[in-house]
Amino acid sequence: MLHYIGRRLLQLIPVLLGMTFIVFMIIRAIPGDPAQVILGQQASEEAVKALRTSLGLDNPWYIQYFDYLKGLITGDLGQSLRTRTPVVDEVWPYLAATIELSVFAIIIAVIIGINAGIISAWFQNSWFDYAAMVIALVGVSMPIFWLGLMNQWIFSIELGILPTTGRENVRDPVETITNFYVIDTLIQGEFNQLSTVLRHLVLPGTALATIPMAIIARMTRSSMLEVMRSDYVRTARSKGLKMFWVVYKHALKNAIIPVLTIIGLQMGLLLGGAILTETIFGWPGIGRYIYDAIGFRDYPVIQSGILIVAFIFVMINLFVDLLYGLVDPRIKYD
Amino acid sequence: MGNRKIFSLAFLLLLLTLLLFACNNDDSADSGTDTGTDSGDTGDSGDSGEEKVLVFGRGGDSVSLDPITVTDGESFKVTKNIFDTLINFGEQDTEIEPGLATDWEAAEDGLTYTLTLREGVMFHDGTEFNADAVVANFERWAGGDADQFPYYGSMFGGFGDEDGHVIESVTATGDYEVEFKLKRPQAPFLKNLAMSPFGIASPTAVEAAGDSFGDNPVGTGPFTFVDWSRNDSVTIEKFDDYWIEDEPKLDRVIFRSIPDNSARLNALLSGEIDLADGITPSDGATIEGDDNLQLFERPSMNVGYLGMTVTREPFDDPLVRQAMNHAIDKQAIVDAFFEGRAEVAKNPIPPVISGYNDNIEGYEYDPDRARELLAEAGLPDGFDMELYAMPVPRPYMPDGQKVAEAIQSNLADIGVNAEIVSFEWATYLEKAANGEADAFLLGWTGDNGDADNFLYVLLDQDNIGSNNYTYYENQALHDLLIAAQTEVDEDVRNDLYMQAQEIIHEDAPWVPLAHSTPLLAGGSNVVDFKPHPTGSDKLSAVDLE
Repeated sequence: MLHYIGRRLLQLIPVLLGMTFIVFMIIRAIPGDPAQVILGQQASEEAVKALRTSLGLDNPWYIQYFDYLKGLITGDLGQSLRTRTPVVDEVWPYLAATIELSVFAIIIAVIIGINAGIISAWFQNSWFDYAAMVIALVGVSMPIFWLGLMNQWIFSIELGILPTTGRENVRDPVETITNFYVIDTLIQGEFNQLSTVLRHLVLPGTALATIPMAIIARMTRSSMLEVMRSDYVRTARSKGLKMFWVVYKHALKNAIIPVLTIIGLQMGLLLGGAILTETIFGWPGIGRYIYDAIGFRDYPVIQSGILIVAFIFVMINLFVDLLYGLVDPRIKYD
Repeated sequence: MGNRKIFSLAFLLLLLTLLLFACNNDDSADSGTDTGTDSGDTGDSGDSGEEKVLVFGRGGDSVSLDPITVTDGESFKVTKNIFDTLINFGEQDTEIEPGLATDWEAAEDGLTYTLTLREGVMFHDGTEFNADAVVANFERWAGGDADQFPYYGSMFGGFGDEDGHVIESVTATGDYEVEFKLKRPQAPFLKNLAMSPFGIASPTAVEAAGDSFGDNPVGTGPFTFVDWSRNDSVTIEKFDDYWIEDEPKLDRVIFRSIPDNSARLNALLSGEIDLADGITPSDGATIEGDDNLQLFERPSMNVGYLGMTVTREPFDDPLVRQAMNHAIDKQAIVDAFFEGRAEVAKNPIPPVISGYNDNIEGYEYDPDRARELLAEAGLPDGFDMELYAMPVPRPYMPDGQKVAEAIQSNLADIGVNAEIVSFEWATYLEKAANGEADAFLLGWTGDNGDADNFLYVLLDQDNIGSNNYTYYENQALHDLLIAAQTEVDEDVRNDLYMQAQEIIHEDAPWVPLAHSTPLLAGGSNVVDFKPHPTGSDKLSAVDLE
């Protein structure tokens, strides 16, 4: 097991290295001069030139790349060209905001998605099955932009029960410790703030959960259908075991493996792909951080931001692979 | 058996959902924090009592709160309230008024300015504001470079002992008197001093904070800095010792970034924010029809235009460019895509700016005349061209794509086949600056309300490759614009600009389209908010009822 983890971690190095190289080349291939963008339309030519030099953008690309790698090895993720702050120092609040939102979303997606999938499979071809699968189909193809704005309109403006945007009530800000506001408010015993923070999570969380939820539901259903037809399930049923236990205990255990894979992938996608949600809900997350950086050609932020997200993505997948062994002891790592 | 199970399960799920919602409802009912039920309430009811907190929603975050280091409007929106400038702009115009300087005197030759400073002004950190503080600020700026202090370089021509640097010396000639010596006259000198980047910072705080001054700004302004949570909110609070009595009226101001325009409007409608910047013209009517809201119009100091790259055929022929001017129905564009909240443009500068030439007759919408001009230029059958459409909304161009489509159909009427292309914003600007576009949509918002800031910056040959995207060159125009830069007599100077506009009109490197009125919206309880044409607003007189 440890051997397996060690090997997987070693495999990470070429993957991440290759990724830094591809990202590095892509962002330099797009036209647009960071110095010009940072200084704006108003800037004089000398100013732009001076800035290019001071940012090291005059060097050939391979020197820039090796400088960047050298920094990475020593744990230096570079400095934002725009804010002049080291990426390491400024990235955490964004990352924490995104992780909090993604975890919330994935919890919603897993609870509702798996249960909807199971019930659909259990009562295959019932009205619930049809309804759930139609909703799932709609969910997968739902434009998040539209859904988000509609939800704001219904729940915030018409019903007035949920806030439209942001992470907290800015008039009563949360004192940050970990930057996970749910945890911070819990630690400080600020339960009023905790409820505000949770309410802020609901709309962006459900918007973000919609697609993974639909995918998980469909995956669970098809995987369950397959397992439910197998011999051991028939045996369990003929033994007179209650259907609920057959489904949730015996069948689910075998059906969950492909679902776990999907959940892992979706979690990874949520971390990097929440740009739309973060934009509509004014969520100060890492998706918007990287997206803004692209607009400003803030190379170090783009590179390191993507690197961080990719790293987390790979780690989640590793974790999911290890989880297989726990769920199904037949799977061995060597 | 199966049926009973499904019911109990469904029941369980239902219960869970209800519980969740009930929970949420309860919370919102007793804390009442976010959902601000009526407009009279700022949403912060409960224990905090009378505290007046204004939340200003805007599209982006600030880059830095040290105004001299940045060029973006979102930074100035905040720093304008933390820092004061020596000279102020008028409440809603760019006339100059006393700021930290109560009085100023210019020598006849325009080479010496003596400023008398306000006494009894304090920085937020307790440092006294005096002549030494002013000198220290100018020494810091002049000792920097274009990378650190970009606006200083572009407004005062350079740094230190560079040739272009206009300011020869800044000396304290008394405790409250500062003398500026210039190397050559600079007509908009005082207007430059009124620009947000030249807010006076506390010298002790600058020294103490070093590079992190942008995260810990200290000025003399109406509000002191409290907290900045990046990409989310900046909080500033009332400075009790502000030099204007009874101001600021608000206890706290919070700037929140909500990038999406519709979401920002939703946040305003739900009472989470009190003021929203960047309202799209199409939402204007909705807001005006809502009793709980009010619409604010920012006086226009911008121009949106269609530029033609004069080095590319057939736009090297002035006749073709004039034909383009006649072919485009500007009024229809303003009506359709600016919802009428703009003025049709005929000059590159907006009418509020002194030196505006109102005697010029704009090119009328006249497709027949356009076809004649094309025939005269030897192109009776028209031609093919690429038309660059802006990918992002800007106050001067709310919807570049649609404006481009309207222009495309106008041009089709005179036989010109325009293909619309668009690129991501930074790419777009670079390609246009490289002269790769046949014609492109673009615009400009003025910095200091001076004609030089439009005509010289956008159309002079010195700025080809930077802001003169059309590559337009005219020696007579250049001579006029250079003469105007050092002319101190206001009337003579205005006359020079009038002549310049005539030349530009004749050569027609642009189709000037519109001077738009950027819109903001606020709750009906917001009083005395007067949007400033420069785009950054001092909120010291604003109050909540």
